[in-house]
Amino acid sequence: MLSVADLSCVRGDRTLFRGLSFTLAPGQCLHLEGGNGVGKTSLLRIVAGLAPAAQGEVRWHGELLGSPDCQLPAQMLYLGHLLALKDELSAVENLISGGAIAGSGPNQEQALDALKQLGLAGRTALPVRVLSQGQKRRVALARLLVQQNPLWVLDEPFVALDGVAHALITRVLQGHLAQGGMVLLTSHQPVDLGARGRSLRLDA
Amino acid sequence: MENFKIRWFHWAAPQTFYPLAGRLWPVFGLIAAVLAVAGLYLGFFVAPTDFQQGEGYRIIFVHVPVSWMSMVIYLAMAFWAFLGFTFNTRLSGMMTQALAPTGAMFTFLSLWTGALWGKPMWGAWWVWDARLTSELILFFLYMGYIALTSAIDDPRRADRAGGLLALVGAVNVPIIYFSVKWWNTLHQGASVSVTKGSSMAQTMLWAMLLMALALWAYSIAMALYRVRSIILVRERHTQWAQEVAA
Amino acid sequence: MSAIAAVLQRDLRLAMRRKSEVLTAVFFFVVVASLFPLAIGPEPDMLRKIAPGILWVGALLASLLSLARLFAADYQDGTLEQMALSPTPMPLLVAAKVLAHWLLSGLPLALLSPVLALQFDLDSATMWVLFTSLLLGTALLSFLGAVGAALTLGVRGGEVLLSLLLLPLYIPALVFGSGAVEAQMVGMGYGAQMSILTAMLVVAAFFGPWACALALRIALE
Repeated sequence: MLSVADLSCVRGDRTLFRGLSFTLAPGQCLHLEGGNGVGKTSLLRIVAGLAPAAQGEVRWHGELLGSPDCQLPAQMLYLGHLLALKDELSAVENLISGGAIAGSGPNQEQALDALKQLGLAGRTALPVRVLSQGQKRRVALARLLVQQNPLWVLDEPFVALDGVAHALITRVLQGHLAQGGMVLLTSHQPVDLGARGRSLRLDA
Repeated sequence: MENFKIRWFHWAAPQTFYPLAGRLWPVFGLIAAVLAVAGLYLGFFVAPTDFQQGEGYRIIFVHVPVSWMSMVIYLAMAFWAFLGFTFNTRLSGMMTQALAPTGAMFTFLSLWTGALWGKPMWGAWWVWDARLTSELILFFLYMGYIALTSAIDDPRRADRAGGLLALVGAVNVPIIYFSVKWWNTLHQGASVSVTKGSSMAQTMLWAMLLMALALWAYSIAMALYRVRSIILVRERHTQWAQEVAA
Repeated sequence: MSAIAAVLQRDLRLAMRRKSEVLTAVFFFVVVASLFPLAIGPEPDMLRKIAPGILWVGALLASLLSLARLFAADYQDGTLEQMALSPTPMPLLVAAKVLAHWLLSGLPLALLSPVLALQFDLDSATMWVLFTSLLLGTALLSFLGAVGAALTLGVRGGEVLLSLLLLPLYIPALVFGSGAVEAQMVGMGYGAQMSILTAMLVVAAFFGPWACALALRIALE
């Protein structure tokens, strides 16, 4: 259960947003909407613990983010704007090392299986730099299949994906929510998650 | 106890600190001027001519206090940086930045006055003496801090990165001094010593002490004066700052 | 596989696929060491006398070269962010990265130093002291340098700024490292210098990753 209370964010001189509050319970998805530069990425980074909030607090299961008792880092999967892929490593190598660093490393089989599910069979051993943007995005999203984290924080996950991949990822998100997981995401494209999906609009 | 804490943090807000600094800096400036006049008078007119070094030695009444203060200011910067990390106040970072130029200037002066003293005494503009070399390294530390904080655009990151640098530097200063001293004694370099060959007359000590206090008061005055500009720039989007600047 | 092992293995694997970066530092060391005799003159006695200093400064500058890149690539592709989000404490991951850096730049420099020492006509006992002092010294430089690299991450003019920040902090290592080699050359004991160098390395290995992790968090904010 993620709860955000009275959050405000300042970047340089500008106040991006203030007084923001919401909660996210198991099985729920929150879709952050708003124009460019309104603070969606900043909000996600604050929730992830990468950036400090000017005011307000973020709590995970009641524990304040940043306190030693807070388990959020271990229970969250964060996919930001940057894909966190090493160009010289293959897709499989990226998944395995990335997973190990995140605490729940897949083995070779699990990594290959996840990549196959995302339509990357036959490209798993190539260095990532030869893949297209959409394929790279799919390698990054393969983490959703191999890691076991209740909370997913996703910044523009659908960028560069074609229709098939978009539908596939939507199904993955729905599956995650059905199992009691939580999703917090931003996307300029519409996200159809039915009854479990809510929208929150951030305005300047 | 709660009350005490609240009062401290009250003054730590830039908005309340600004007028306080405005009232204090002229006071310290005046103290600095008075002490400096007293110290220089003692040093240049009252203190006896040194048996070995003649009149030229009098430069030490500037050199020694300036060297002391250059180190004290660096420690003060590290202190404010430590406060900033512990209490997460914006003002701490501003104070550290306000102190740096004065400290750097003192280090620079120390090197120059050391050279001016050394030339008549030892015939060379520069000697690799332990203290002068340490002073040179301290100058590099100051320049590094100023360069880093100037190069970072985001003020919060500049404060925090600079603060960490100041702390790391402060921890390293004793180690650096120890290693330079060791290096110097091993190679039997020249030693620029104030007390070499003669015992310090009382007046000399008093003169140096007065000058050191004068510089200390001057540093506080300059830091308070400078921090006011920094506060106005940082807070320029708030109402009170715009009213003050108008 | 633990997170620390994953970080170490990844960095080593990446370096192996882009070998040019490792070799650049090594060749720089060779070139710098060769410049001094050209600038000063080939007289063997004088070269022997200044050899410890030259070789140590050369190794120092060469290891400084590769430091700027320590975190830059990770910062730009987002892997640094992921390391910050890892359940494993950041200082441990930083220590793994520093270890990888040392294996790729410090260790080769130390291994190459006896060969360069031949150019300066040093005897084998001195070569041994040079090698061990560089082994310890480059590790110390890596730990200290990582803090500087983290502070200047993504900053304009970061590489030159990095040198300005780190050179004062490198002076104790330089003084004791080259001092040990000199002591051996004149027949005095080098034990004190080596002990101090080791002590500094231990302290830097303990506190350096912690300070570096803090600097990285500041850079990521």
